[in-house]
Amino acid sequence: MSELTNLTISQARDLLAKGELSSRQLTESHVEAMAQATQLNAFVSPLPDVALEMAEASDSRRAGGSAGPLEGIPLAIKDLFCTKGTLTTAGSHILNGFKPPYESTVSDNLWQAGAVMLGKTNMDEFAMGSSNETSYFGPVQNPWRGRGDNRALVPGGSSGGSAAAVAGRFAMAATATDTGGSIRQPAAFTGTVGSKPTYGRCSRWGVVAFASSLDQAGPITRDVRDNAIMLGAMASYDPKDSTSANVPLPDFEAALTGDIRGLKIGVPKEYVLDGMPGEIETLWQQGIAWLRQAGAEIIDISLPHTKYALPAYYIVAPAEASSNLARYDGVRFGLRVPGGDLREMYENTRATGFGAEVRRRVLIGTYVLSAGYYDAYYLKAQKIRRLIARDFTEAYETVDAILTPSAPSAAFPFGDKADDPIAMYLNDIFTVPANLAGLPGISVPAGLSAEGLPLGLQILAPAFDEETMFRVAGVVEQAANFTAQPEQWWKVPA
Amino acid sequence: MSNLVEGATGPWEVVVGLEIHAQVTAQSKLFSGAATEFGAEPNSQVSLVDAGMPGMLPVINERAVEQSVRSGLGLNAKINNYSVFDRKNYFYADLPQGYQISQYLQPIVGEGIVSVDLEDGGSTDIGIERLHLEQDAGKLIHDQHPRKSHVDLNRSGLALMEIVSKPDIRSAAEAGAYVRKVRAILRYLGTCDGNMEQGSMRADVNISVRRPGEDLGTRAEVKNVNSIRFMQQAIHFETTRQIDILEAGGSIIQETRKFDAQTGTTRPMRDKEEANDYRYFPDPDLLPLEFSDDFVENIRLTLPELPDAKKRRYMDDLGLSDHDAAVLVSDRDIALFYEAVADGRDAKIAANWVQGELFAQLARAEREVADSPITAAQLGGLIDLISDNTISGKIAKDVLEIMFETGRDAAVIVVDKGLKQVTDTGAIEAEVDSVIAANPDKVAEFQGGKDKILGWFVGQIMQATKGKANPQLVNQLLRDKLKP
Repeated sequence: MSELTNLTISQARDLLAKGELSSRQLTESHVEAMAQATQLNAFVSPLPDVALEMAEASDSRRAGGSAGPLEGIPLAIKDLFCTKGTLTTAGSHILNGFKPPYESTVSDNLWQAGAVMLGKTNMDEFAMGSSNETSYFGPVQNPWRGRGDNRALVPGGSSGGSAAAVAGRFAMAATATDTGGSIRQPAAFTGTVGSKPTYGRCSRWGVVAFASSLDQAGPITRDVRDNAIMLGAMASYDPKDSTSANVPLPDFEAALTGDIRGLKIGVPKEYVLDGMPGEIETLWQQGIAWLRQAGAEIIDISLPHTKYALPAYYIVAPAEASSNLARYDGVRFGLRVPGGDLREMYENTRATGFGAEVRRRVLIGTYVLSAGYYDAYYLKAQKIRRLIARDFTEAYETVDAILTPSAPSAAFPFGDKADDPIAMYLNDIFTVPANLAGLPGISVPAGLSAEGLPLGLQILAPAFDEETMFRVAGVVEQAANFTAQPEQWWKVPA
Repeated sequence: MSNLVEGATGPWEVVVGLEIHAQVTAQSKLFSGAATEFGAEPNSQVSLVDAGMPGMLPVINERAVEQSVRSGLGLNAKINNYSVFDRKNYFYADLPQGYQISQYLQPIVGEGIVSVDLEDGGSTDIGIERLHLEQDAGKLIHDQHPRKSHVDLNRSGLALMEIVSKPDIRSAAEAGAYVRKVRAILRYLGTCDGNMEQGSMRADVNISVRRPGEDLGTRAEVKNVNSIRFMQQAIHFETTRQIDILEAGGSIIQETRKFDAQTGTTRPMRDKEEANDYRYFPDPDLLPLEFSDDFVENIRLTLPELPDAKKRRYMDDLGLSDHDAAVLVSDRDIALFYEAVADGRDAKIAANWVQGELFAQLARAEREVADSPITAAQLGGLIDLISDNTISGKIAKDVLEIMFETGRDAAVIVVDKGLKQVTDTGAIEAEVDSVIAANPDKVAEFQGGKDKILGWFVGQIMQATKGKANPQLVNQLLRDKLKP
């Protein structure tokens, strides 16, 4: 049944619709592949029984004549999305045993669309990380390995488990979240397609918060079409999220016309970095050439405040996180480590429950919001944020979309940057500006590095114009013809 | 009138500023749909948002916004069409989110003015600095277990208006008058029930002293005072404490203090009760609160007549005295009761009966006008019986007492007890004749110029008729018949 795990959502959708395939068959093949891939540690909670039950329910719905847009499609859910009655950890020990009595709006939308849940995927703790090394449940391994190199590689982060499950062919697609690049960077590292929609497109209700003004859910898939299908099902206006946008939901799949003639594509000069590998630059130039050949007009643009994006991000995100994570106090749910009095109980619980990276960011966030530092850090970062947003607004007066690399390197070995937070933070340098400005972005696999590892190109678009984003992404995908797959070295021989 | 306090070394001036926390009257909490009823089972009115569950998000309750705007208009204050919710971060077991959503730099209501009547008959204006919306915290219960505390989150997330005065208050009496006035305004508006016993209104009291004419002194903040009497005690205590320290050459520490109702004193809060750096920042889960001028104007159109305007009308149109008008408008329930009594009747007589006899009865029974056993219509009925000479004013007082005890109508009581005034001239004339016949010596005294003796005759006749004889008629007949 291994060929079933190679199907895209759109292929499976057609087979299911024709009755040539059941959700039970499709789900079984993924459950089996998931069981063979435990070595990758992509799941915190694999849920094979739930999956098969949901698959059967889906098959009966279809037999009864009703089928949603994702009817019978087995998906992996990032463990940041609260799932009713199912362990939800956010990759943290502090949510020990937490089974929410509610379902996040995004996952609920997926179940309404007929999808099947394979399990909850591993991730950096509270989505803080770019390599999946901060998870309490251990790191996720990238299905990809360098040519002739047996070293385990990081899958990127924070949605590393989701990206690995999709790249390793044991989930057809996965939900993910992106606060500074947590969808697009792991997608780039695993040869998958990952999109972060416009802030407000997907509800944040029921998604464990990292940095509220930056967090946004999106899908990781194997191709652009699947990505459009998934986002269409995940997105909705949600009155329960005050920052949810009450805007019409377009048919994203219909935007994949393959026709970008006359579109103006911006190439920002500030995205050239000192010390960036030559192959990233080469890939970018290749992408520019593809779009030009497809009839787009390439325009050099400037996003002058780009260099301030990362520092601003690493003030705003920890500031919000320090406040968002205050609720993990051992009083009402999750881990509690007793102490002599209330304060000691807080200290014991939070010291035990949070890992080093989370503690680091809570400390940074607390510091930048403190009296005497607020103006110099938080307020200044907010000003920079507005300037970055203005850079994009001005750029989009002349261009329809922007092309950049997704990440400054290919996937790297474990431990490479774990002791150097600044080097680790630099992973997000191309993705962070879109979060600060609230704009949509997508990473599409576009080539291989010298070691045979996937590299991605990022397409950014104006707010609520995911259609242009997908259209351009589709053209890049077609031109790149990225067919490489990781060797399935993790599979236990039968 | 001087509010100065005489110390050992000369006069001091007390400066008070109040932060009143008023619970917004609304069906649901500020950012969740949970109910707000007082006295419910612990933790029975808690939504996932109020409990600070992971991934839960606040959604503003529009009713609470309306109520704040309404309150702002009632306090003659500037309404800010653009305001921002901030997070006030601190850890405590009654604060599930680890932060309180409040408004810091940009509140929904700005500066206003409240005019306060003083006991000496004068009045003074107290400035309002701002009114902002914020969430209440839960409640810790310490008496359920020897070592552990229980948490009740029913109050968690309730909408509060924090009404901050300017430091314009100069005495405990003024502070009391100010709180009563603000409470009256909010009750008129229906935006807060003002019930201090149930915690729907409480105040933080900032107190400092200075030499007259000097700059403001260092203040102490007494937290969470839940009655006007306690607030006044706290002000008196702090005034003495601070003057004593200053006169002994010491200086006041700016600190947060707790009021002890047992002893009427204040003491510094322990460090742990006092968070220092709240790390305010705009809540990224909420958009700035924006509304149009039309929204405000539509609310303005629905405002009731407020105490100041009502008092002016009672004085100008109904001819009531300053004192009577002030008493009658001091509470919305009283004013509504009075207006129902006065409707179609003499306004002054109605005022006398409401704030004279009825209030005396209520005071004796320790009841509020809202639960008076005599309705406005019933009191009106009693007044009507006086006006049409069915009973005398004196009898009416007795009837009122019976009404208060039994809740029965005046007319029924008058018939039952045979209290109807005797206006039959013949019957009264007979009594007059017999009293005159039986007391020739008194008649002679009267005719000899001792006018005062007439009262004695009236008394005899009223006694004989058990008070039912019409007094005017008795007077008239006596004068006619005693003429020499």
